[in-house]
Amino acid sequence: MLMLEPRPASELRPANVVDLRNAGDADAGADLFPLVVRDLTYQAGGTVLIKGIDLTLEAGGTTVLMGPNGAGKSLLLRLMHGLIKPSGGTLSWGGKMLDDGIRRRHSMVFQRAVMLRRSVAANIDFVLRLRGRTDAARRREILEHAGLADRADQPARLLSGGEQQRLALARALATEPDVLFMDEPTSNLDPASTLVIEDITKAARDRGTRIIFVTHDMGQARRLADDVVFVHRGKVLEHTPAADFFTQPSSTEAGDYMAGKIIL
Amino acid sequence: MQDFGGAFLTAFNLLIGFDADLMEVIVLSLRVSLTALLAAGVIGLSIGALLAVTCFPGRGLALIVVNSMMGLPPVVVGLVIYMLLSNAGPLGFMGLLYSPSAMIIAQSVLILPIIAALSRQVIEDLYDEYADQFRSFCVPTGRMMAELLWDARYSLLTVLLAGLGRAMAEVGAVIIVGGNINHLTRVMTTTIALETSKGDLALALGLGIVLLTIALAINAAVMGLNATAKRYAYA
Repeated sequence: MLMLEPRPASELRPANVVDLRNAGDADAGADLFPLVVRDLTYQAGGTVLIKGIDLTLEAGGTTVLMGPNGAGKSLLLRLMHGLIKPSGGTLSWGGKMLDDGIRRRHSMVFQRAVMLRRSVAANIDFVLRLRGRTDAARRREILEHAGLADRADQPARLLSGGEQQRLALARALATEPDVLFMDEPTSNLDPASTLVIEDITKAARDRGTRIIFVTHDMGQARRLADDVVFVHRGKVLEHTPAADFFTQPSSTEAGDYMAGKIIL
Repeated sequence: MQDFGGAFLTAFNLLIGFDADLMEVIVLSLRVSLTALLAAGVIGLSIGALLAVTCFPGRGLALIVVNSMMGLPPVVVGLVIYMLLSNAGPLGFMGLLYSPSAMIIAQSVLILPIIAALSRQVIEDLYDEYADQFRSFCVPTGRMMAELLWDARYSLLTVLLAGLGRAMAEVGAVIIVGGNINHLTRVMTTTIALETSKGDLALALGLGIVLLTIALAINAAVMGLNATAKRYAYA
């Protein structure tokens, strides 16, 4: 696939990165919380991959799910979003079981951006139409916030990796989600593109969108996290405020992981 | 038997002179096959998209049936449609036998499984890529089918082309239900068969050249379109 060269960071970084929700929407998703996960298990092909997770997430802020590769972070994210069904246990959002009504208030950005085979603008129109809000002015506003307004008519799949992920994030935010799941969205991106994604994510968080972010990039976790959930071998070993996690993690494994040791 | 070169010469003269009989046959052939393609395309693409995105008991069996029907023998299709449309058949009251409508029905039935099976494969491949994102956005099934059909449009053109090629090239079904009646149901393939058996190779050859030219032109157009689509990463 032909990839366009990424533009310089100064050009990439949108001047006015803000979330697109209205200023008064800060508490719009409060009724979805707490997210209560109890004894959650998931198995596939006879292997138990998520092993009885208990977790409670309150409204507001950014939760970072951390842990080594294969720990089950992405699976946990998919279970929370309802992309896959748990094999056991319960998961409730604000006391309600997860259904399509709740799921429509979620959005998710995947590790590899899924670009529809259409123009950049048509990728945004797709979700606006889906939510019954087709509006050229709104689409332009969304693209401007993502710094992609000048690319509106280009085929989305010809954007650089960083631009594709920015478009995926803009498209996810176009639904005005109360909860935004992000599954290692910057793992394949250059630092400049990573910075833009983080800026947009922080702005969304500041405007009231609850962010649940998977990463195994320690620096990124420090930059984004309000609280950290450390996952290892399909279990949550600790759920700690970020300030404490990075200075005095309560689990040995998290300490070893941050010390750069290989944990098995 | 006519001289081979002479036959070619006569064929070209018929074509260049826009021979009325020849043109009538060509126009009817195109009308029948394109209408059949339209009907089978609408139904076949819908079936293909539905099979690609849905999961139901017996889906595996449905796929086997649709795939197997791609190889339907035209004469068998012709025979079944003949039995349905004949005076004694359940649809005999419609009086369609030996009419272009009967030929359209036969060709539609013949190419429907081809379009359904090939489009199912194309759309399912695309769905594998989009599935998580669609589930994440809670896209309803009907909407999902429409979006996939649109995004696979360039690949699906090739599928429709395969259907059109099959419809235009077949002779067995249309000769049974159409009857090869002059000025009424005579199409290119049935005329070629008839004129060859009569020994009039010039007309047969002229029609053969037209058939090949149409096939080449459609293929070239679709290839050009696909190349453009690939350049824009839409295919």
